[in-house]
Amino acid sequence: MAYYRRNSSADRLARGLGWFSIGLGVAELVAGRRIARWMGMEEQAGLIRAYGAREVATGVGLLALGDARPWMWGRIAGDALDLATLASAHHDGNPRRENVATALGAVAAVTALDVLCTAMLHREEATAWTPHPDYSDRSGLPRPPVAMRGAAKDAPIPADMRTPDILRFEPA
Amino acid sequence: MKALVWHGTADIRYDTVPDPEIEQPRDAIVKVTSCAICGSDLHLYDHFMPGMEKGDIMGHEFMGEVVDVGAEAKSALKVGDRVVVPFTIWCGECDQCRRGNYSVCERSNRNKAMADKLFGHTTAGLFGYTHLTGGYPGGQAEYVRVPFADRTHVKIPDGLTDEQVLFLGDIFPTGWQAAAQCDIQPTDTVAIWGCGPVGQMTIRSAVLLGAKQVIAIDRVPERLSMAKAGGAITINFEEESVVERLNELTGGKGPEKCIDAVGMEAHATATLDSMYDRAKQALALESDRAHVLREMMYVCRPAGTLSIPGVYGGLIDKVPFGMSMNKGLTWRMGQTHVNRWTDDLLRRIQEGQIDPSFVITHTVGLADGPGMYQTFRDKRDGCIKVVLKP
Ligand SMILES: NC(=O)c1ccc[n+]([C@@H]2O[C@H](COP(=O)([O-])OP(=O)(O)OC[C@H]3O[C@@H](n4cnc5c(N)ncnc54)[C@H](O)[C@@H]3O)[C@@H](O)[C@H]2O)c1
Ligand SMILES: [Zn+2]
Ligand SMILES: [Zn+2]
Repeated sequence: MAYYRRNSSADRLARGLGWFSIGLGVAELVAGRRIARWMGMEEQAGLIRAYGAREVATGVGLLALGDARPWMWGRIAGDALDLATLASAHHDGNPRRENVATALGAVAAVTALDVLCTAMLHREEATAWTPHPDYSDRSGLPRPPVAMRGAAKDAPIPADMRTPDILRFEPA
Repeated sequence: MKALVWHGTADIRYDTVPDPEIEQPRDAIVKVTSCAICGSDLHLYDHFMPGMEKGDIMGHEFMGEVVDVGAEAKSALKVGDRVVVPFTIWCGECDQCRRGNYSVCERSNRNKAMADKLFGHTTAGLFGYTHLTGGYPGGQAEYVRVPFADRTHVKIPDGLTDEQVLFLGDIFPTGWQAAAQCDIQPTDTVAIWGCGPVGQMTIRSAVLLGAKQVIAIDRVPERLSMAKAGGAITINFEEESVVERLNELTGGKGPEKCIDAVGMEAHATATLDSMYDRAKQALALESDRAHVLREMMYVCRPAGTLSIPGVYGGLIDKVPFGMSMNKGLTWRMGQTHVNRWTDDLLRRIQEGQIDPSFVITHTVGLADGPGMYQTFRDKRDGCIKVVLKP
């Protein structure tokens, strides 16, 4: 099973990246066209909005109280997609290629952070790992459970907790 | 005195606080000898339960020695008595108490007005819990004030260890009531979600009450091994489909009785509905995760019973109520009417029919409590039940 430690530094970083994802995602959704224009990628405004939706989804996943790692891997995959998309716009024919370079730099920096965070999360699991203790002798019962079956059949079940007759399953 | 004090989400501290004193004539002061961390405390620790305030003293599963008794409690208690204190405070006189419905006592919640507003009508006062249930200082402390102490206690005879009887205050009667309110028949399959301390007690109770077959569901290997030790067939929900396995084990008919011993922090599985809940909970659009409830409603045999000891705090979403209505399911739930069961259960412990101490995996001093909250919540170090010694 997955072990994760809430409130460790890796976990806090992951949640921070979650908020970042949501912020960026919302910006891409709302201002997809402006961002596209700024990078000379007018044609791809729809794509940027779709990336925005992806960012919001990963952000929500990261903020939910579960294992952050699958979502971090999701972020890394998303970063790769962003980098590829930006690289395709980084050519001599694009008058805004400077802006694309700035965006590439920013995404690369965030990618590094994502990779670092994911590595930290995985390291944490490795150190948290201890073999499962064996509780197979802890029955709490004086004899094997099969022998104890029905030992408390005499227990008083209050009238208000009895199953109404009409709902009772008759023994076959 | 020293106590474990709530300061915010995942922030519990070992603080120095004023000693409690007798405030009402029915009060008693108990010097705590043992107390435990309960799964319900985790809902406060993770701050899923509304109505907590900075400075609240935690703990509702505790026992100790009576050191002071108010004038009107003297008929029932004296200094030196050894008692387990039930987590539900009850007056013994109101309509509900006279029916045995102690967890909905009409008088013991000192914040009745607040609860009336939020729940429609108040429920009982509880120790170390939200201010919606009175905000009474809890028992993870050196001393506790016990209101309505002439009723709110279980006297413990000599010859039993703290560990054997401590859980009479909460998880043992909780597991017992969860099974008892299913009115288990010898032909019944009882499926239990959650193999935490409550689930473990429920498994033993269902076996003792004579279920044909007890099936326990969780994903933590050591908890599953303890469930098996108690006589359950186990399902690891991360490795198998719960619905398929339950149908398989019941000849396609589904379990007659389904018990939710998980509550509002149900772990997300790979299913869509639990992803949905996690996301909504993270965005504060839903307070409780209902995955287990949905699974129970779906797999339960028609005309069967759902028993819900697992705690829910507020709103749940996407509950297939039509399914439950059409299948004619009976729902039973609530905080445990602890004292309804304790005489009978204490006798069973004395007679050796069960020894609830099997569930304890960690015993530490009160000062180590804050760290143990985290260990218990994250299920690390094989932790299933923590006992603290003030
Ligand atoms: N009704 C009462 O009076 C009462 C009294 C005590 C405790 N409780 C409640 O009972 C519940 C359990 O308490 P506990 O002390 O055993 O806590 P716990 O947190 O140790 O146990 C919960 C268990 O449920 C398992 N689980 C999580 N998601 C699951 C899923 N989808 N399917 C199956 N299992 C799943 C977890 O792995 C864990 O082992 C809590 O909600 C607690 O508040 C109620
Ligand atoms: Zn409890
Ligand atoms: Zn009452």
